[in-house]
Amino acid sequence: MTERRSVAIHVPVLTRVEGEGALDLRIEHGEIAELRLRIFEPPRFFEKFLEGRHYTEIPDMVARICGICPVAYQVTAVQALERLFGVELDPWAHAMRRVFYCGEWIQSHSLHIHLLAAPDFFGCDNAIELARIAPDEVRRGLRIQGLGNELMDLFGARSVHPVGVRVGGFHGAPPLARIRDMREKLRAALPEAEALIRWTAAIPMPQDDQAFVSVATRHPNDYAIERGDIGTSDGLVIGADAFDEHFVERHEPHSTALFSHYHGQPYLVGPLARINLNRDRLPEEVKMLLAETGIALPSRNIFHSLVARAVEILLALHEALRLLDDYRGPDSPWVPVTPRAGVATGCTEAPRGLLWHRYEMDEAGCVISARIVPPTSQNQGRIEEDLRLSLLNFGLDHPDDALRLHCEKVIRNYDPCISCATHFLRLNVERT
Amino acid sequence: MNAPTEHPRKPRVAVHKFSSCDGCQLAFLNLGEDLLTLAGRIDLVHFAEAGPLDPDTGVDVAFVEGSVSTQEDLERIEHIRAHSSVLIAIGACATSGGIQGLRNQANGTEWVAQIYSHPEAIASLARSTPISSHVKVDFELWGCPVSGPQMLAVVNALLLGVAPRDNADKVCTECKRQGYPCVMVSRGIACMGPVTRAGCGALCPSLGRDCYGCYGPAENANTDALAAQFASLGLTPEAAVRRFQSINSQAPVFRAAADKLRTGSHD
Repeated sequence: MTERRSVAIHVPVLTRVEGEGALDLRIEHGEIAELRLRIFEPPRFFEKFLEGRHYTEIPDMVARICGICPVAYQVTAVQALERLFGVELDPWAHAMRRVFYCGEWIQSHSLHIHLLAAPDFFGCDNAIELARIAPDEVRRGLRIQGLGNELMDLFGARSVHPVGVRVGGFHGAPPLARIRDMREKLRAALPEAEALIRWTAAIPMPQDDQAFVSVATRHPNDYAIERGDIGTSDGLVIGADAFDEHFVERHEPHSTALFSHYHGQPYLVGPLARINLNRDRLPEEVKMLLAETGIALPSRNIFHSLVARAVEILLALHEALRLLDDYRGPDSPWVPVTPRAGVATGCTEAPRGLLWHRYEMDEAGCVISARIVPPTSQNQGRIEEDLRLSLLNFGLDHPDDALRLHCEKVIRNYDPCISCATHFLRLNVERT
Repeated sequence: MNAPTEHPRKPRVAVHKFSSCDGCQLAFLNLGEDLLTLAGRIDLVHFAEAGPLDPDTGVDVAFVEGSVSTQEDLERIEHIRAHSSVLIAIGACATSGGIQGLRNQANGTEWVAQIYSHPEAIASLARSTPISSHVKVDFELWGCPVSGPQMLAVVNALLLGVAPRDNADKVCTECKRQGYPCVMVSRGIACMGPVTRAGCGALCPSLGRDCYGCYGPAENANTDALAAQFASLGLTPEAAVRRFQSINSQAPVFRAAADKLRTGSHD
């Protein structure tokens, strides 16, 4: 075997990711000559066709950006608009938005762990094969995913493109009997989620150690999900309205998703970034279990993302239970809204990371312009940087198949949602 | 009827994605333990999001999510059709062109130039179109998104060798069956239920809100009468147009209703 070989690896369709992407890797004389994550999901122009739409239509439209995380899009949009319109939500609506969002975290994380990521670590091509070696674990995962869907269903009537959220609250409140039933199911799922954390922590993971900036929302009391400021691991804390001053998007010709930079460098959003920044906000019982796994935080190993997702599932179950524990129905599930002209910005933590929206509204409550920055376009630069470093660490002399599998594992750590990643539209035209 | 073969093999199934949000594929991925049962009954040869990747082997049934919106899509859908005995379009994108069909009335090239600094690198057709605009489709399952039970009903019908059942009735019929009060009559809310295809179970009216037409047009949809009703509820023609121009804007019935409102040919 020669030491200095030249290979070209093309993964024409990345599997077990949401949406369409590809990877090109060219190694020349033992060095990486080209490495590109290509996103070729055709653009869907969401920001453009939001223009002229009434604020009441926005939650139903932005949900369609992503079938896996519609709640993130809906809740971020209404949060931004409620801030602009000066709406004071009922405490019930505040709490239930978080519960609703927890459902999406549980669903999306469990889907990712079991159906998309875990097969890599057991030498399986997919979850159906994995279910032959680890039937109980896969079934447990599908049950947890199902419970997340039920929680979304409780407030949204369905889990894909739910129909319950409106600016000012929710369209309806679930009956008490369904809440009671849900509490029982959430309680029963706690030991399952604890076992899931132990299982993911026991999967042998590559040891990687990279320097990167973590970015996630921060809340004074809670582990930030549906509200908070934007924080970074190098100490910045800003409101959603200042996002533009620190984060910049750029179009690279090889991708339909735009690349984001924070002060000129790539950065990480998502479960590992959140747990790195917000570990002090985890409930005690979750912290203890995390300590048992022996994973030291903040972590610089992106392969800890799998455990971070499992930890966030347990957190979401605890949070949903806590908020549903002394549940009483609202007088009205929504408060009246009067639109105002101006700029609305909002941010929340989608399952895959920070999601930022900006709407310029007219006084009739219609959209003049919209901008949506989804997590995957923010992670895109970091994924490419990670692939380079991680491949060098792994060793370029491995056979092609091993290199390809390693690259895919790295990419799946970010759970890229390529369907979402392509909706980012920039209104300021830049020509080079 | 096909004669039984000596070595019956499991039906080969493929799930393909075009331009979409991935939400209809979730009807499979959200099946829970039924997913494992289903996997035992069929041979899933292609389903990129779930792992299997083989677009070239012939299949008995291909489910297609998403709309056709690039040059490459045009070639791919032909290839899929040539390799599938039965082709089923699932969801609003595949049956009407989806929400991204809203760009069909706009200048897509201009939009690309406004958004991307390298517009020449963006491969996008001017229009987003349903699968049936390009190849023969054997069955269309409407909805944004299609539901798990709908999808399982289709799969079971095919496994049993019967044609899947089409329900093109109106959301209003589901509302009445469930006993939900009519939001339009009782609260004056501009609801799309009278012209929208059933299948969701009248979810929006169950929460006291308007149907927004995500299952596409029902059969014999009287959009003129609904447009007149919207006007009497105080909707401006522009607001009424937006009701028809949303998730299924390119479905011919909804597009015609919107065009009529735009030109003011309603009395």
